[in-house]
Amino acid sequence: MAAARLSTRDDIGPAVRRRLAGFVRTLRDAGFNVGLAETRDALALLASADRARLAEVRPALRALFCGRRSDWDAFDEIFDAFWTGSRVKSRVAMSGTSALASQKTARTLAPASSAGGEPGPAADVERGVDQPEADAAPEGRREGASRAENLARTDFRRIADPDALAEAHALAERLARRMRVRLTRRDRAAARGRRLDLRRTVRASLATGGTPLRLVLRRPRYRPLRLVVLVDASGSMSLYTGVFLRFVHGILDHFREAEAFLFHTRLVHVSDALREKDTARALDRLGLMAEGVGGGTRIGDSLATFNRWHAARVIHSRTVVMILSDGYDTGEPDRLGAEMAALARRCRRIVWLNPMIGWDGYEPSARGMAAALPHVDLFAPAHTLESLAALEPYLARL
Amino acid sequence: MLDRQTIADRLATVGYVADAGLSTALALMDLLKRPLLLEGEAGVGKTEVAKALAAVHGVELIRLQCHEGLDRADALYEWNYQRQLLAIKAREGLDADETEAHVFSEKYLLERPLLAAIRRPVAPVLLIDEIDRSDEEFEAFLLEILSDFQVSIPELGTVRATAIPRVVLTSNGTRELSDALRRRCLYHALDFPDVDREARIILARLPDIDVALALQIARLMERIRKEDLSKLPGVAETLDWAAALVGLGVTRIDAEREALFDTLACVLKTREDHARMTPEVLGRLIARVA
Repeated sequence: MAAARLSTRDDIGPAVRRRLAGFVRTLRDAGFNVGLAETRDALALLASADRARLAEVRPALRALFCGRRSDWDAFDEIFDAFWTGSRVKSRVAMSGTSALASQKTARTLAPASSAGGEPGPAADVERGVDQPEADAAPEGRREGASRAENLARTDFRRIADPDALAEAHALAERLARRMRVRLTRRDRAAARGRRLDLRRTVRASLATGGTPLRLVLRRPRYRPLRLVVLVDASGSMSLYTGVFLRFVHGILDHFREAEAFLFHTRLVHVSDALREKDTARALDRLGLMAEGVGGGTRIGDSLATFNRWHAARVIHSRTVVMILSDGYDTGEPDRLGAEMAALARRCRRIVWLNPMIGWDGYEPSARGMAAALPHVDLFAPAHTLESLAALEPYLARL
Repeated sequence: MLDRQTIADRLATVGYVADAGLSTALALMDLLKRPLLLEGEAGVGKTEVAKALAAVHGVELIRLQCHEGLDRADALYEWNYQRQLLAIKAREGLDADETEAHVFSEKYLLERPLLAAIRRPVAPVLLIDEIDRSDEEFEAFLLEILSDFQVSIPELGTVRATAIPRVVLTSNGTRELSDALRRRCLYHALDFPDVDREARIILARLPDIDVALALQIARLMERIRKEDLSKLPGVAETLDWAAALVGLGVTRIDAEREALFDTLACVLKTREDHARMTPEVLGRLIARVA
C-alpha cells in the first residue's frame, strides 16, 4: 500500500481537514452513521504525528467510523478509493443484502409491479371507506373492511379493476395495523408470573415497623411477540405479492419487532425498505426488489440462506415466522423439508399462508409443500382479506 | 497511556495474539476515552480480548453478563433486604427517621458490576458481555451510564466515577443494537483467526506443543470451519482439542486419525455435526492439510 503522507507536521493543515470532511461525506453517502464527535476525534488522530502514515491511520479510522459489520466490510474499499484514488468496484456487488436493492431502486424508479399503486387514489379510497356507509361487520373483527364486505371475500386474483385493487391494498394495510395494535394490547394485558418486589416491599414496611404488611409485586414485563415474515415474490405468486407486501408494510410500520424478507430465486432482506414511512415509496422500492430473475422459486435454498445468515439475529424464542407462499419449489423437496425442520427448532411457531388453499379442490400436493407441512404449526389460506384477518386470534393466543 | 506497539507487545506477553487493527482499537480506547464494541460469532475470542486488556494494564476485570430481563437491580446495585429487615427489627422503638437513614446506608448496599466498576479507585476493565441479549430498555440505561459514568441512588445520592473504567462490549449479533450505542463506541469486528494466527495462539497457550502439530491443527480447524456445520468451533475449542491431543501423545494428526476422531467431542458440540463429521469426512480433511 502506498505510504503516502497525509500530513507532515504535527499541526494539521486546512487541506487535510477538507479532505477528511470529504471522506466523512463519502462514508455518510455509503450509509455510515458518522457524527460530528467522530469527525472531531478523527482530526485529533490525524494531528498526532505518529499516526500520519496511511497504513496506521486506516485501522484507527476504521475502529472510529464503523458501527456495524456491513460498515466494517465496506470500509477498506471506500478508504482506498478515497485516499489512494483506486476505483471503487461499487460496494453493492458483495451480497444480496438490502443495500444492493436500495441502491438499485434509488437510481431506477420505474413503475413498480402491481404493488406500486397510485398513492393518491388509494388514499382517497381509504378515506371513503370510513364515511357514512355503516354496515359494520357484526362481530367487529374487521371493521376496516366493513364497506368492502364483498371485497374482503374476493380472491385477490379476481380483482381486476385497478381502483378495487388499490382499495384492497389499502384495506390490507389497515388490517395489518389494527392487528398489530390489538396484539400488543392483549400482550400487555396478560399478566405473566408476578414476583415480589422486595425493594418496594421493604420500603413500604418502614411505616409498619419493619413488618411487611403490604406486599409490593413486580409489574409484569411487557414482552412483544416478534414477527418475521418471508414473502414469496416468484412469478406464480405475482397476483398476490402486491397485496401481501402492503399487508407486511402495515405490520412492520408499527410492530416494534418485526423483520421481513422476500424470496424468489434468492433471499432479500427488505425490512429497511418497508420501514419507509411513505407507503408508495416503500412499495416502489419493494416492487423492484420483488422482481426476481424470472426462473422458479427456490424456497429451500432461500430458507437455507435465511437459516444460515439471518436466523441467529432475527429469531428468538418469542418469534413467529410467517411464510407467504404457494409452496411451488423448483429445488429439492428434501432440502426444503430439512430447512423447515431447522427453522421449526429455532422459532416459536411457523405460520404458512398459502393463497391456493382458498381455491376449490386444492390439495397441498406440490412436493415442496408436502415436505414442509409437517413442520408448519398453522397452515392457512390467504387469498382474501377475510382470511388475513382470521389470523389475528391465532397470533393473539401465542 | 500506552501506544499501539506497546499494547501489541504486551498483549503478546499475556498470551493474546492480536492483529494490528485490534491493538490500534485498544490504544484508541485510551486516547479517545470511548468504549469498544466487539462483534463476531461465538467463539472468536471476544471475551478474551477484555481479559487480555485487563492483564495488559494490570487492572481488575469486572464482568457483567447480559441476559434477557437483566435490570438495574442485577446490573447496578441492590439493597440487602434481609439485613435491612433484621436491622429494622433490632432498632424497634428507636426514632423512625434515624432507622431509615441507618438501613439505607453504605453498609446495606450490595454492589453489582456497573456500580463496582465506577467506584474502584483504580480504573478497571469493565466487560459487558453479550449486550445483544439484554433488552432495549437496558441498552438505553447502559448508554446513560457510559456517557456520564455516574449513578444516582435515591437513598444515598449521586455516585460519580473515581476513575473512568475501560469498557469493552461484546455482541454476537442476535439482536440489532441501537445506533446511539454504536455511535458511542469504537468498533471492531472479530473473525475466526487465520491459520497463522491460530497456530500462534495455540503456541502461546500451550507452550509444550510441537510447532508442526500446532500448525496442522490450525490448518485442520480452518477446513472444519468451512464444512457445513450448525455450530462452528471457536478458538476455545481449538485449544481444548490441541490440549487433548497433546495429552494423548499425538504428534502428527495424519498418523493417528482414530485419536482425532475420538476427540472430536472437543470440537463439535451438536448431534447433527457429529453425524456429519464421519471418519471418512474427517479423513478427507486431514488428507488435505497434512
